Amino acid sequence: MLLAIDTSAGTSVAVVDRDAGVLAELIETDTRRHAEVIGTMIQGALDEAGVAVTALSGVAIGMGPGPFTGLRVGIAAARAFALGIGRPVVPVVSHDAVAFGRADPILVVTDARRREVYWSAYSGTDAEGLPIRASGPGLSAPDALEAIVPGFASYRRLDAEVVSAASLGLVAELLYLHKRPFASSEALYLRSPDVTMSSGPKRVS
Amino acid sequence: MTGPLVLGIETSCDETGIGIVRGTQLLANVISSSMEEHARYGGVVPEVAARAHLEALTPALSAALAEAGVSLAELDAIAVTSGPGLSGALMVGVGAAKALAIAIDKPIYAVNHLVGHVGADVLRDDGTEIELPTIALLVSGGHTSLLLVRDLVSDVELLGETIDDAAGEAFDKVARLLGLPYPGGPHIDRVAIGGDPAAIRFPRGLTQPKDQHLHRYDFSFSGLKTAVARWVEQTRDAGIEIPLADVAASFREAVADVLLTKAIAACVNLGVPRLLLGGGVVANARVRALAAERSAAAGIELRVPPLELCTDNGAMIAALGAQLVMAGHAPSGLDFGADSTLPATIIQA
Ligand SMILES: [Zn+2]
Repeated sequence: MLLAIDTSAGTSVAVVDRDAGVLAELIETDTRRHAEVIGTMIQGALDEAGVAVTALSGVAIGMGPGPFTGLRVGIAAARAFALGIGRPVVPVVSHDAVAFGRADPILVVTDARRREVYWSAYSGTDAEGLPIRASGPGLSAPDALEAIVPGFASYRRLDAEVVSAASLGLVAELLYLHKRPFASSEALYLRSPDVTMSSGPKRVS
Repeated sequence: MTGPLVLGIETSCDETGIGIVRGTQLLANVISSSMEEHARYGGVVPEVAARAHLEALTPALSAALAEAGVSLAELDAIAVTSGPGLSGALMVGVGAAKALAIAIDKPIYAVNHLVGHVGADVLRDDGTEIELPTIALLVSGGHTSLLLVRDLVSDVELLGETIDDAAGEAFDKVARLLGLPYPGGPHIDRVAIGGDPAAIRFPRGLTQPKDQHLHRYDFSFSGLKTAVARWVEQTRDAGIEIPLADVAASFREAVADVLLTKAIAACVNLGVPRLLLGGGVVANARVRALAAERSAAAGIELRVPPLELCTDNGAMIAALGAQLVMAGHAPSGLDFGADSTLPATIIQA
Protein backbone atom coordinates (compact mmCIF):
# COMPACT_ATOMS: atom_id res chain seq x y z
CA MET A 1 0.00 0.00 0.00
CA LEU A 2 1.36 3.40 -0.96
CA LEU A 3 0.74 7.02 -0.12
CA ALA A 4 1.05 8.90 -3.43
CA ILE A 5 1.69 12.61 -3.84
CA ASP A 6 1.91 14.80 -6.92
CA THR A 7 2.37 18.59 -6.92
CA SER A 8 3.66 19.00 -10.47
CA ALA A 9 0.50 20.86 -11.51
CA GLY A 10 -2.17 21.20 -8.80
CA THR A 11 -1.96 19.06 -5.68
CA SER A 12 -3.12 15.46 -5.53
CA VAL A 13 -2.74 12.97 -2.70
CA ALA A 14 -3.94 9.36 -2.76
CA VAL A 15 -3.69 6.06 -0.98
CA VAL A 16 -3.52 3.09 -3.34
CA ASP A 17 -3.13 -0.62 -2.97
CA ARG A 18 -1.94 -3.13 -5.57
CA ASP A 19 -4.85 -5.44 -4.84
CA ALA A 20 -7.57 -3.15 -3.52
CA GLY A 21 -6.94 -0.33 -6.00
CA VAL A 22 -7.57 3.31 -5.13
CA LEU A 23 -8.54 3.71 -1.46
CA ALA A 24 -8.67 7.48 -1.44
CA GLU A 25 -7.81 10.40 -3.67
CA LEU A 26 -7.95 14.12 -3.05
CA ILE A 27 -7.39 16.77 -5.71
CA GLU A 28 -6.83 20.51 -5.46
CA THR A 29 -6.48 22.33 -8.77
CA ASP A 30 -5.20 25.63 -7.33
CA THR A 31 -1.58 25.87 -8.47
CA ARG A 32 -0.60 28.47 -5.85
CA ARG A 33 -1.48 26.75 -2.60
CA HIS A 34 0.66 23.60 -2.48
CA ALA A 35 2.29 24.42 0.87
CA GLU A 36 -1.04 25.34 2.49
CA VAL A 37 -2.97 22.25 1.41
CA ILE A 38 -0.37 19.48 1.46
CA GLY A 39 -0.77 18.63 5.15
CA THR A 40 -4.55 18.53 5.29
CA MET A 41 -4.64 16.58 2.04
CA ILE A 42 -2.21 13.91 3.26
CA GLN A 43 -4.15 13.61 6.50
CA GLY A 44 -7.43 13.63 4.59
CA ALA A 45 -6.37 10.86 2.21
CA LEU A 46 -5.16 8.68 5.08
CA ASP A 47 -8.38 9.25 7.01
CA GLU A 48 -10.57 8.58 3.98
CA ALA A 49 -8.66 5.39 3.21
CA GLY A 50 -8.90 4.44 6.86
CA VAL A 51 -5.34 3.19 6.98
CA ALA A 52 -2.68 3.64 9.61
CA VAL A 53 0.66 4.98 8.40
CA THR A 54 2.26 1.75 9.59
CA ALA A 55 0.31 -0.11 6.87
CA LEU A 56 2.08 1.83 4.11
CA SER A 57 4.99 0.22 2.32
CA GLY A 58 6.28 3.41 0.69
CA VAL A 59 5.55 6.84 -0.71
CA ALA A 60 5.10 7.37 -4.46
CA ILE A 61 6.07 10.84 -5.60
CA GLY A 62 5.67 12.67 -8.87
CA MET A 63 9.11 14.04 -9.76
CA GLY A 64 7.72 16.39 -12.41
CA PRO A 65 8.18 17.89 -14.84
CA GLY A 66 6.50 20.80 -13.11
CA PRO A 67 6.95 24.40 -12.04
CA PHE A 68 9.63 24.45 -9.34
CA THR A 69 8.01 25.93 -6.29
CA GLY A 70 4.99 23.68 -6.17
CA LEU A 71 6.82 20.60 -7.37
CA ARG A 72 9.28 20.88 -4.50
CA VAL A 73 6.54 21.00 -1.86
CA GLY A 74 5.35 17.52 -2.85
CA ILE A 75 8.83 16.04 -3.14
CA ALA A 76 9.90 17.51 0.22
CA ALA A 77 6.71 16.20 1.83
CA ALA A 78 7.10 12.73 0.30
CA ARG A 79 10.72 12.43 1.37
CA ALA A 80 10.00 13.61 4.91
CA PHE A 81 6.96 11.35 5.19
CA ALA A 82 8.97 8.36 3.98
CA LEU A 83 11.70 9.15 6.50
CA GLY A 84 9.03 9.43 9.18
CA ILE A 85 7.58 5.99 8.52
CA GLY A 86 10.93 4.41 7.69
CA ARG A 87 9.83 3.36 4.21
CA PRO A 88 11.26 4.10 0.77
CA VAL A 89 10.28 6.82 -1.68
CA VAL A 90 9.18 5.62 -5.11
CA PRO A 91 9.90 8.35 -7.67
CA VAL A 92 7.67 8.42 -10.77
CA VAL A 93 7.67 10.74 -13.79
CA SER A 94 4.44 12.73 -13.28
CA HIS A 95 3.38 12.50 -16.94
CA ASP A 96 3.42 8.68 -16.67
CA ALA A 97 0.43 9.02 -14.35
CA VAL A 98 -1.50 10.98 -16.97
CA ALA A 99 -0.72 8.37 -19.63
CA PHE A 100 -1.55 5.47 -17.34
CA GLY A 101 -4.38 3.30 -18.62
CA ARG A 102 -4.44 4.79 -22.14
CA ALA A 103 -3.71 2.38 -24.93
CA ASP A 104 -3.66 4.94 -27.76
CA PRO A 105 -0.64 7.16 -28.55
CA ILE A 106 -0.96 10.38 -26.57
CA LEU A 107 1.06 13.52 -26.07
CA VAL A 108 0.78 14.61 -22.44
CA VAL A 109 1.07 18.38 -22.06
CA THR A 110 1.17 20.34 -18.79
CA ASP A 111 1.63 24.03 -18.02
CA ALA A 112 5.21 25.12 -17.42
CA ARG A 113 4.26 28.81 -16.93
CA ARG A 114 6.12 31.60 -18.71
CA ARG A 115 4.39 30.68 -21.97
CA GLU A 116 5.97 27.25 -22.13
CA VAL A 117 4.68 23.70 -21.70
CA TYR A 118 6.08 20.42 -20.47
CA TRP A 119 5.41 17.45 -22.74
CA SER A 120 5.92 13.67 -22.92
CA ALA A 121 4.87 11.36 -25.76
CA TYR A 122 3.52 7.86 -25.06
CA SER A 123 3.08 5.19 -27.72
CA GLY A 124 0.74 3.01 -25.67
CA THR A 125 0.78 0.52 -22.83
CA ASP A 126 3.03 -2.48 -22.33
CA ALA A 127 2.07 -6.02 -21.28
CA GLU A 128 2.16 -5.05 -17.61
CA GLY A 129 -0.12 -2.10 -18.18
CA LEU A 130 2.64 0.49 -17.82
CA PRO A 131 2.72 3.47 -20.20
CA ILE A 132 5.50 3.37 -22.79
CA ARG A 133 7.19 6.78 -22.93
CA ALA A 134 8.47 7.24 -26.49
CA SER A 135 10.02 10.65 -25.95
CA GLY A 136 10.19 13.38 -23.34
CA PRO A 137 9.72 14.74 -20.84
CA GLY A 138 10.66 17.99 -22.47
CA LEU A 139 10.06 21.71 -22.30
CA SER A 140 8.79 23.69 -25.25
CA ALA A 141 7.01 26.77 -26.46
CA PRO A 142 3.42 25.68 -27.21
CA ASP A 143 3.74 26.36 -30.93
CA ALA A 144 7.08 24.56 -31.18
CA LEU A 145 5.71 21.18 -30.08
CA GLU A 146 5.13 20.03 -33.63
CA ALA A 147 8.75 20.61 -34.53
CA ILE A 148 10.18 19.18 -31.31
CA VAL A 149 8.09 16.06 -30.64
CA PRO A 150 9.21 13.14 -32.85
CA GLY A 151 6.20 11.78 -34.75
CA PHE A 152 4.02 14.62 -33.48
CA ALA A 153 1.17 13.89 -35.92
CA SER A 154 0.71 10.34 -34.62
CA TYR A 155 -0.26 11.50 -31.12
CA ARG A 156 -3.49 12.71 -29.67
CA ARG A 157 -2.75 15.68 -27.44
CA LEU A 158 -3.89 15.46 -23.83
CA ASP A 159 -3.62 18.57 -21.66
CA ALA A 160 -3.61 17.79 -17.95
CA GLU A 161 -4.52 20.40 -15.33
CA VAL A 162 -3.70 18.14 -12.44
CA VAL A 163 -1.81 14.88 -12.20
CA SER A 164 -3.79 12.17 -10.45
CA ALA A 165 -1.89 10.85 -7.45
CA ALA A 166 -4.03 7.71 -7.61
CA SER A 167 -2.78 6.96 -11.13
CA LEU A 168 0.74 7.85 -10.03
CA GLY A 169 0.48 5.44 -7.12
CA LEU A 170 -0.81 2.67 -9.33
CA VAL A 171 2.09 3.21 -11.75
CA ALA A 172 4.44 2.98 -8.76
CA GLU A 173 2.81 -0.25 -7.60
CA LEU A 174 3.25 -1.78 -11.07
CA LEU A 175 6.86 -0.63 -11.32
CA TYR A 176 7.50 -2.24 -7.97
CA LEU A 177 5.60 -5.42 -8.77
CA HIS A 178 7.39 -5.97 -12.08
CA LYS A 179 10.78 -4.87 -10.76
CA ARG A 180 11.01 -2.01 -13.24
CA PRO A 181 13.34 0.88 -12.54
CA PHE A 182 11.79 3.84 -10.76
CA ALA A 183 12.28 7.36 -12.09
CA SER A 184 15.40 9.28 -11.12
CA SER A 185 15.30 10.75 -7.64
CA GLU A 186 16.18 14.16 -9.11
CA ALA A 187 13.37 16.66 -9.49
CA LEU A 188 12.53 17.19 -13.17
CA TYR A 189 12.79 20.97 -13.33
CA LEU A 190 13.95 20.95 -16.99
CA ARG A 191 14.98 24.56 -16.51
CA SER A 192 18.02 26.17 -15.01
CA PRO A 193 17.41 28.46 -12.04
CA ASP A 194 16.64 32.01 -13.00
CA VAL A 195 19.67 34.06 -12.42
CA THR A 196 20.54 37.18 -14.23
CA MET A 197 24.30 37.18 -14.17
CA SER A 198 25.45 40.71 -13.57
CA SER A 199 28.24 42.08 -15.71
CA GLY A 200 29.65 43.77 -12.64
CA PRO A 201 28.74 46.81 -10.61
CA LYS A 202 26.94 49.56 -12.51
CA ARG A 203 28.07 53.15 -12.28
CA VAL A 204 26.00 55.30 -9.98
CA SER A 205 27.41 58.66 -10.96
CA MET B 1 17.17 17.22 31.95
CA THR B 2 13.47 17.68 31.36
CA GLY B 3 11.42 19.63 28.87
CA PRO B 4 9.82 18.71 25.57
CA LEU B 5 11.93 17.10 22.86
CA VAL B 6 11.43 19.27 19.79
CA LEU B 7 12.86 19.08 16.28
CA GLY B 8 13.14 22.38 14.41
CA ILE B 9 13.23 22.88 10.63
CA GLU B 10 14.56 26.14 9.18
CA THR B 11 14.67 26.88 5.43
CA SER B 12 13.98 30.62 5.20
CA CYS B 13 17.12 31.66 3.34
CA ASP B 14 20.24 29.79 2.22
CA GLU B 15 20.86 27.52 5.21
CA THR B 16 18.98 24.27 5.65
CA GLY B 17 18.92 23.97 9.43
CA ILE B 18 17.71 21.04 11.50
CA GLY B 19 17.99 21.36 15.26
CA ILE B 20 16.86 19.25 18.17
CA VAL B 21 16.40 20.53 21.71
CA ARG B 22 15.07 19.19 24.95
CA GLY B 23 13.51 22.18 26.64
CA THR B 24 16.41 24.65 26.75
CA GLN B 25 19.10 22.06 26.16
CA LEU B 26 20.70 21.89 22.71
CA LEU B 27 21.03 18.33 21.43
CA ALA B 28 21.78 18.83 17.74
CA ASN B 29 22.32 21.70 15.33
CA VAL B 30 22.92 20.54 11.75
CA ILE B 31 23.32 23.22 9.10
CA SER B 32 23.75 22.66 5.39
CA SER B 33 24.54 25.88 3.58
CA SER B 34 24.18 26.62 -0.12
CA MET B 35 26.31 29.74 0.30
CA GLU B 36 29.01 28.49 -2.05
CA GLU B 37 26.50 28.03 -4.84
CA HIS B 38 25.48 31.66 -4.48
CA ALA B 39 29.04 32.97 -4.40
CA ARG B 40 29.36 33.35 -8.16
CA TYR B 41 26.18 35.41 -8.28
CA GLY B 42 27.25 37.74 -5.48
CA GLY B 43 24.10 37.18 -3.46
CA VAL B 44 21.48 34.63 -2.54
CA VAL B 45 19.58 33.39 -5.61
CA PRO B 46 16.17 32.24 -4.32
CA GLU B 47 15.70 29.39 -6.79
CA VAL B 48 19.21 28.07 -6.18
CA ALA B 49 18.55 28.20 -2.42
CA ALA B 50 15.21 26.39 -2.73
CA ARG B 51 16.69 23.60 -4.87
CA ALA B 52 19.49 23.15 -2.35
CA HIS B 53 16.99 22.94 0.53
CA LEU B 54 15.15 20.09 -1.16
CA GLU B 55 18.34 18.07 -1.55
CA ALA B 56 19.74 18.87 1.89
CA LEU B 57 16.61 18.42 3.96
CA THR B 58 16.27 14.69 4.57
CA PRO B 59 20.03 14.09 4.93
CA ALA B 60 20.13 16.92 7.50
CA LEU B 61 17.15 15.41 9.33
CA SER B 62 18.90 12.06 9.61
CA ALA B 63 22.16 13.70 10.65
CA ALA B 64 20.44 15.73 13.39
CA LEU B 65 18.66 12.68 14.81
CA ALA B 66 21.96 10.80 14.86
CA GLU B 67 23.76 13.74 16.49
CA ALA B 68 21.11 14.05 19.19
CA GLY B 69 20.92 10.29 19.65
CA VAL B 70 17.14 10.32 19.57
CA SER B 71 14.54 8.63 17.38
CA LEU B 72 11.61 10.32 15.65
CA ALA B 73 9.22 8.38 17.89
CA GLU B 74 10.67 10.07 20.98
CA LEU B 75 9.92 13.61 19.72
CA ASP B 76 7.21 15.61 21.44
CA ALA B 77 6.72 18.13 18.66
CA ILE B 78 8.01 19.52 15.38
CA ALA B 79 8.64 23.22 14.84
CA VAL B 80 9.11 24.86 11.46
CA THR B 81 9.83 28.36 10.20
CA SER B 82 6.75 29.58 8.34
CA GLY B 83 8.15 33.07 7.70
CA PRO B 84 9.48 35.62 7.08
CA GLY B 85 11.95 34.60 4.39
CA LEU B 86 12.20 33.52 0.77
CA SER B 87 8.86 32.09 -0.22
CA GLY B 88 10.02 29.12 -2.33
CA ALA B 89 12.65 28.23 0.27
CA LEU B 90 10.18 28.39 3.17
CA MET B 91 7.76 26.11 1.31
CA VAL B 92 10.28 23.26 1.24
CA GLY B 93 10.52 23.27 5.02
CA VAL B 94 6.79 23.75 5.52
CA GLY B 95 5.90 20.86 3.18
CA ALA B 96 8.42 18.54 4.78
CA ALA B 97 7.49 19.49 8.35
CA LYS B 98 3.79 18.88 7.83
CA ALA B 99 4.35 15.50 6.18
CA LEU B 100 6.82 14.44 8.87
CA ALA B 101 4.43 15.49 11.64
CA ILE B 102 1.64 13.39 10.12
CA ALA B 103 3.93 10.41 9.51
CA ILE B 104 5.06 10.30 13.14
CA ASP B 105 1.78 11.63 14.56
CA LYS B 106 3.25 14.60 16.45
CA PRO B 107 1.97 18.15 16.87
CA ILE B 108 3.46 20.85 14.66
CA TYR B 109 4.30 24.45 15.59
CA ALA B 110 4.73 27.01 12.78
CA VAL B 111 7.00 29.71 14.15
CA ASN B 112 8.40 33.11 13.27
CA HIS B 113 11.99 33.14 12.08
CA LEU B 114 12.80 36.49 13.69
CA VAL B 115 11.49 35.48 17.10
CA GLY B 116 13.44 32.26 16.61
CA HIS B 117 16.64 34.33 16.58
CA VAL B 118 15.69 35.64 20.02
CA GLY B 119 14.71 32.15 21.15
CA ALA B 120 18.23 30.93 20.38
CA ASP B 121 19.37 32.67 23.54
CA VAL B 122 17.64 30.16 25.80
CA LEU B 123 20.09 27.52 24.52
CA ARG B 124 23.21 29.16 26.01
CA ASP B 125 25.04 26.73 28.20
CA ASP B 126 26.44 29.31 30.63
CA GLY B 127 23.45 28.88 32.88
CA THR B 128 22.27 32.49 32.67
CA GLU B 129 18.66 32.88 31.73
CA ILE B 130 17.38 35.43 29.28
CA GLU B 131 15.83 38.36 31.13
CA LEU B 132 12.80 40.05 29.67
CA PRO B 133 11.82 42.50 28.40
CA THR B 134 14.75 42.91 26.04
CA ILE B 135 15.47 44.83 22.88
CA ALA B 136 16.61 42.50 20.09
CA LEU B 137 18.66 43.61 17.10
CA LEU B 138 18.47 40.95 14.37
CA VAL B 139 20.76 41.53 11.43
CA SER B 140 21.48 39.26 8.49
CA GLY B 141 21.56 39.17 4.71
CA GLY B 142 17.80 38.72 4.74
CA HIS B 143 16.56 40.94 7.54
CA THR B 144 17.42 43.92 9.72
CA SER B 145 14.92 44.22 12.53
CA LEU B 146 14.67 45.84 15.91
CA LEU B 147 12.26 44.15 18.29
CA LEU B 148 10.96 44.74 21.76
CA VAL B 149 10.48 41.31 23.29
CA ARG B 150 8.37 41.32 26.43
CA ASP B 151 7.59 37.62 26.29
CA LEU B 152 9.09 35.04 23.93
CA VAL B 153 5.83 33.23 23.26
CA SER B 154 3.23 35.94 23.58
CA ASP B 155 4.47 39.50 23.31
CA VAL B 156 6.85 40.71 20.62
CA GLU B 157 6.66 44.22 19.18
CA LEU B 158 8.35 45.29 15.95
CA LEU B 159 10.03 48.64 16.59
CA GLY B 160 11.61 49.01 13.19
CA GLU B 161 13.13 47.27 10.23
CA THR B 162 14.98 48.04 7.04
CA ILE B 163 13.02 49.95 4.47
CA ASP B 164 15.29 48.79 1.63
CA ASP B 165 18.37 46.54 1.82
CA ALA B 166 19.19 44.29 4.75
CA ALA B 167 22.50 45.13 6.42
CA GLY B 168 24.03 41.85 5.28
CA GLU B 169 22.99 42.66 1.73
CA ALA B 170 24.77 46.00 1.99
CA PHE B 171 27.95 44.17 3.03
CA ASP B 172 27.60 41.86 0.00
CA LYS B 173 26.96 44.69 -2.44
CA VAL B 174 29.78 46.89 -1.18
CA ALA B 175 32.12 43.89 -1.19
CA ARG B 176 31.27 43.37 -4.83
CA LEU B 177 31.95 46.90 -5.84
CA LEU B 178 35.29 46.69 -4.03
CA GLY B 179 36.07 43.52 -5.99
CA LEU B 180 35.77 41.28 -2.92
CA PRO B 181 34.09 37.85 -2.92
CA TYR B 182 30.74 36.82 -1.48
CA PRO B 183 29.71 36.74 1.30
CA GLY B 184 30.83 40.30 1.87
CA GLY B 185 30.91 40.47 5.68
CA PRO B 186 34.01 38.41 6.40
CA HIS B 187 35.90 39.87 3.44
CA ILE B 188 35.08 43.46 4.41
CA ASP B 189 36.25 42.54 7.92
CA ARG B 190 39.48 41.15 6.50
CA VAL B 191 40.45 44.12 4.35
CA ALA B 192 39.30 46.63 6.99
CA ILE B 193 42.15 45.58 9.25
CA GLY B 194 44.43 48.56 9.69
CA GLY B 195 41.96 50.85 7.95
CA ASP B 196 40.78 54.14 9.45
CA PRO B 197 37.06 53.96 10.25
CA ALA B 198 36.94 57.75 10.32
CA ALA B 199 38.75 58.21 6.99
CA ILE B 200 35.54 58.71 5.00
CA ARG B 201 32.32 59.93 6.54
CA PHE B 202 29.72 57.78 4.79
CA PRO B 203 26.05 58.65 5.39
CA ARG B 204 24.09 57.13 8.27
CA GLY B 205 20.65 56.34 6.85
CA LEU B 206 17.50 57.52 8.65
CA THR B 207 19.39 59.17 11.52
CA GLN B 208 18.48 62.78 10.75
CA PRO B 209 16.18 64.67 13.13
CA LYS B 210 13.49 64.62 10.41
CA ASP B 211 13.60 60.80 10.44
CA GLN B 212 12.84 60.59 14.15
CA HIS B 213 9.13 60.83 13.64
CA LEU B 214 8.41 58.24 10.98
CA HIS B 215 11.56 56.10 10.94
CA ARG B 216 12.99 56.39 14.42
CA TYR B 217 13.88 52.69 14.63
CA ASP B 218 13.90 51.85 10.92
CA PHE B 219 17.01 51.23 8.86
CA SER B 220 18.09 52.11 5.34
CA PHE B 221 21.31 50.91 3.76
CA SER B 222 20.62 51.54 0.10
CA GLY B 223 21.88 55.14 0.26
CA LEU B 224 25.04 54.06 2.04
CA LYS B 225 25.79 51.50 -0.65
CA THR B 226 25.31 54.13 -3.35
CA ALA B 227 27.49 56.60 -1.45
CA VAL B 228 30.32 54.07 -1.27
CA ALA B 229 29.93 53.32 -4.99
CA ARG B 230 30.03 57.03 -5.85
CA TRP B 231 33.05 57.66 -3.67
CA VAL B 232 34.93 54.75 -5.24
CA GLU B 233 34.06 55.89 -8.78
CA GLN B 234 35.06 59.47 -8.19
CA THR B 235 38.32 58.45 -6.57
CA ARG B 236 39.07 56.10 -9.41
CA ASP B 237 38.12 58.74 -12.01
CA ALA B 238 40.58 61.09 -10.34
CA GLY B 239 43.27 58.49 -10.96
CA ILE B 240 43.77 57.84 -7.26
CA GLU B 241 44.21 54.30 -6.02
CA ILE B 242 41.35 53.14 -3.79
CA PRO B 243 42.45 52.94 -0.15
CA LEU B 244 40.68 49.62 0.33
CA ALA B 245 41.29 49.31 4.07
CA ASP B 246 39.95 52.81 4.75
CA VAL B 247 36.88 52.36 2.54
CA ALA B 248 36.06 49.00 4.11
CA ALA B 249 36.61 50.26 7.66
CA SER B 250 34.62 53.43 7.04
CA PHE B 251 31.73 51.58 5.42
CA ARG B 252 31.65 48.99 8.18
CA GLU B 253 31.72 51.75 10.77
CA ALA B 254 28.73 53.44 9.17
CA VAL B 255 26.72 50.20 9.27
CA ALA B 256 27.71 49.34 12.83
CA ASP B 257 27.12 52.92 13.98
CA VAL B 258 23.57 53.06 12.59
CA LEU B 259 22.69 49.62 13.94
CA LEU B 260 23.92 50.34 17.44
CA THR B 261 22.76 53.96 17.58
CA LYS B 262 19.21 52.83 16.91
CA ALA B 263 19.38 49.76 19.15
CA ILE B 264 20.82 51.68 22.10
CA ALA B 265 18.31 54.49 21.57
CA ALA B 266 15.51 51.94 21.75
CA CYS B 267 16.92 50.56 25.02
CA VAL B 268 17.21 54.04 26.52
CA ASN B 269 13.93 55.49 25.25
CA LEU B 270 11.90 52.46 26.23
CA GLY B 271 13.68 51.95 29.52
CA VAL B 272 14.80 48.43 28.66
CA PRO B 273 18.41 47.98 29.80
CA ARG B 274 18.99 44.78 27.86
CA LEU B 275 20.08 44.22 24.24
CA LEU B 276 20.22 40.89 22.47
CA LEU B 277 21.94 40.39 19.11
CA GLY B 278 21.06 37.81 16.47
CA GLY B 279 21.55 37.08 12.79
CA GLY B 280 24.59 36.38 10.65
CA VAL B 281 25.93 39.95 10.74
CA VAL B 282 26.66 39.41 14.44
CA ALA B 283 29.67 37.46 13.15
CA ASN B 284 31.09 40.83 12.11
CA ALA B 285 33.83 41.73 14.56
CA ARG B 286 33.23 45.48 14.47
CA VAL B 287 29.48 45.13 15.01
CA ARG B 288 30.10 43.01 18.10
CA ALA B 289 32.85 45.31 19.42
CA LEU B 290 30.75 48.44 18.98
CA ALA B 291 27.78 46.73 20.60
CA ALA B 292 29.91 45.88 23.64
CA GLU B 293 31.35 49.40 23.81
CA ARG B 294 28.04 51.28 23.48
CA SER B 295 26.13 48.90 25.75
CA ALA B 296 28.71 49.24 28.49
CA ALA B 297 28.69 53.02 28.18
CA ALA B 298 24.91 53.12 28.47
CA GLY B 299 24.69 50.59 31.30
CA ILE B 300 22.93 48.07 29.09
CA GLU B 301 23.37 44.35 29.49
CA LEU B 302 24.44 42.85 26.15
CA ARG B 303 23.66 39.28 25.23
CA VAL B 304 25.10 37.58 22.18
CA PRO B 305 24.20 33.92 21.65
CA PRO B 306 27.04 31.67 20.43
CA LEU B 307 27.77 32.44 16.77
CA GLU B 308 26.54 29.08 15.47
CA LEU B 309 23.20 29.96 17.03
CA CYS B 310 23.24 33.53 15.64
CA THR B 311 23.31 32.54 11.99
CA ASP B 312 20.14 30.87 10.67
CA ASN B 313 19.71 27.43 12.21
CA GLY B 314 17.09 24.86 13.14
CA ALA B 315 18.00 24.76 16.82
CA MET B 316 16.58 28.25 17.40
CA ILE B 317 13.34 27.18 15.74
CA ALA B 318 13.23 24.06 17.92
CA ALA B 319 13.99 26.19 20.98
CA LEU B 320 11.11 28.57 20.25
CA GLY B 321 8.87 25.58 19.56
CA ALA B 322 9.82 24.11 22.94
CA GLN B 323 9.02 27.43 24.62
CA LEU B 324 5.56 27.36 23.01
CA VAL B 325 5.00 23.77 24.13
CA MET B 326 6.12 24.55 27.68
CA ALA B 327 3.83 27.59 27.78
CA GLY B 328 0.93 25.34 26.90
CA HIS B 329 0.23 26.81 23.46
CA ALA B 330 -1.88 24.70 21.12
CA PRO B 331 -0.19 23.36 17.97
CA SER B 332 -0.61 25.20 14.66
CA GLY B 333 -2.81 22.79 12.77
CA LEU B 334 -1.97 21.70 9.24
CA ASP B 335 -3.21 24.50 7.01
CA PHE B 336 -0.68 27.28 7.59
CA GLY B 337 1.34 28.45 4.62
CA ALA B 338 4.74 29.93 3.99
CA ASP B 339 4.48 33.67 4.65
CA SER B 340 7.44 35.55 3.21
CA THR B 341 6.42 38.72 5.08
CA LEU B 342 5.18 37.22 8.36
CA PRO B 343 5.23 40.11 10.86
CA ALA B 344 7.42 39.73 13.95
CA THR B 345 4.35 40.20 16.13
CA ILE B 346 3.00 36.84 14.96
CA ILE B 347 5.15 34.45 16.97
CA GLN B 348 3.25 31.34 16.00
CA ALA B 349 1.32 30.97 12.74
ZN1 LIG C 1 17.78 34.99 10.12
